[in-house]
Amino acid sequence: MNVGLPHFLTVGAILFALGLFAVMSRRNAIGILMGVELMLNASNINFVAFSRYVEHAVDGQIMAAFVIVLAAAEAAVALAIVLAMYRNFGTANADIAQRLKR
Amino acid sequence: MELLNLNIPSWSDMASWIPEAVLAGTFLVALVGDLVVRGRRTWLPFAITVFGLVTAGSYAVAAVLHADPTAHSIMGKLMVVDGMAGFFRLLFIFTGLATVLFAWTSEEIMGHKRENKGEFYYLTALMTLAMCVMAEARDLLMLFLSMEGVGLVSYVMAGYMRTSLRSTEASLKYVIFGAVSSAIMLYGLSLLYGMTGSLTFAGIRAGLLAGAANPFGLLTAAVLILVGMSYKIAAVPFHYWAPDVYEGAPTPISALFSVGPKAAGFALMIRFFYTTLAAGNDPATGSTLIADFNWPLLVAVMSAATMIYANLVALRQTNVKRLLAYSSISHVGYILMGFVLLTGQGLQAILFYLLVYTFMNLGAFFFVVAINNHLKSEDLQDYVGLGFRAPWAGAMMVIFLGSLAGIPPFAGFVGKLYLFTAVMDKQWFWLVIVAAVNSVIGLYYYFKVVKAMFLTRPAEGADTSPLKLHWLQYTVLGVLTVPTLVLGIYFGQFKALADQAIALMTVHM
Repeated sequence: MNVGLPHFLTVGAILFALGLFAVMSRRNAIGILMGVELMLNASNINFVAFSRYVEHAVDGQIMAAFVIVLAAAEAAVALAIVLAMYRNFGTANADIAQRLKR
Repeated sequence: MELLNLNIPSWSDMASWIPEAVLAGTFLVALVGDLVVRGRRTWLPFAITVFGLVTAGSYAVAAVLHADPTAHSIMGKLMVVDGMAGFFRLLFIFTGLATVLFAWTSEEIMGHKRENKGEFYYLTALMTLAMCVMAEARDLLMLFLSMEGVGLVSYVMAGYMRTSLRSTEASLKYVIFGAVSSAIMLYGLSLLYGMTGSLTFAGIRAGLLAGAANPFGLLTAAVLILVGMSYKIAAVPFHYWAPDVYEGAPTPISALFSVGPKAAGFALMIRFFYTTLAAGNDPATGSTLIADFNWPLLVAVMSAATMIYANLVALRQTNVKRLLAYSSISHVGYILMGFVLLTGQGLQAILFYLLVYTFMNLGAFFFVVAINNHLKSEDLQDYVGLGFRAPWAGAMMVIFLGSLAGIPPFAGFVGKLYLFTAVMDKQWFWLVIVAAVNSVIGLYYYFKVVKAMFLTRPAEGADTSPLKLHWLQYTVLGVLTVPTLVLGIYFGQFKALADQAIALMTVHM
């Protein structure tokens, strides 16, 4: 079988959909953040595939490298916030945080 | 290979980036300074940040007054400093400076229980830098990095009061919604890159003009990107984080959030959509490249929904901070009206409105900060009789609220007038009617606050002792009141500033 651009895009789309599903269905804040990582990596697959098959250059790969770094920074900040929340609320479930209501 | 093609920068190009360089230096020096004094002497990071913001601001003012028509490339094709970037840079540095000065007197930031108070100051400097870069980005990489940069700093700042349940919850909501929406936007960016083979706005535009994109794919990408940006500006239906975050975060930080990232989001939207998706670059037609789809209608519906929803919900708020949060969402609706057709006139009206909005919204939030220092409350019922306890500040608050409501002779009225005219010119009558009706609704809830402050008689035995504000608070509130009044009568020069910013926006390079 010849692996081409559509295969990469399909994997990317499936990964994105799975990530979005995880974000919407998970109650645990860490689970939600894992879903976000999947979504970011889906875009990374797209970027790398497009840079190989469409642009024939490395711009997309540079972009993917930056996104990986950014995802790490975001995970660090988000986990610190989840930790603060766990200390204050005694749980990491996102839906417990409902003190602010209209 | 556009990204790697970094030419040796000329001095004049780099010189136009001095304000950002100063902000970056300010952040680093204040960070190290705070470490050296081990977070004890908060005046050190405060003084460094104020000094840095003032220095950067004076360079930014000089750049705007100079009105240099050439656009300067910064770091190859990643960023550009042109008229529009200069205008927004000034706005962001002013916002940062006002916030830093006011926060110095805020109990929520500087109270005895707080630890690591210096953090607030250098994080504000960092956020100002990231917002400036948002207005300058002209490449998908820089667009994403700057948006995430502002986002990451905001998540940390929203959770500034680490032991407070409200503050923690605000930052959790902010980080989750923010991360998801930026991931959605990134997917849209990847599709756009795939269709045009370029990361730069100019390259994308060239690719689209050459007809490289499939219309359905382009529409998908544009909608996904719009989701990410609507989140940043808090437009319905991506607003749901905003009231919670604004209410939970310390008030000076809410003030910063309700102005800075919002204006930066609009700057990014203007540059991105105007320079890539608006074809022909003709302000008169403002047609878009997304064929077979009524793009303006989508934005118009979003704008109307934002106004209607935010105003109706604001009606039944009893917490002044939350009321102001919904009010700031409703203002996004008004501003989005100018975005509908992507005409030069509409964009000029947006810039002018953002300028006015910065003064009046910061002022209203800062009044809440000053009162919170004394009352430890933001409830409307605690505001009863405040007008007589703090007459000067109360009078200024009335001016800010009147301007937010858009009644003459305040600046908000002129801002709305320009927006409405721009939309009228393109025959969007229903949108203008919706906006006008909403302005009337807005009048009701803004005057609910005024009524509590000045017209309602305090209950028997209620505390009616006069409140004394810090001199710095009077100064900053006064500095914000002057333009709110002056721009309502004498606006020609400032409107010209906004017009010039749009006229000097680079489209082609």
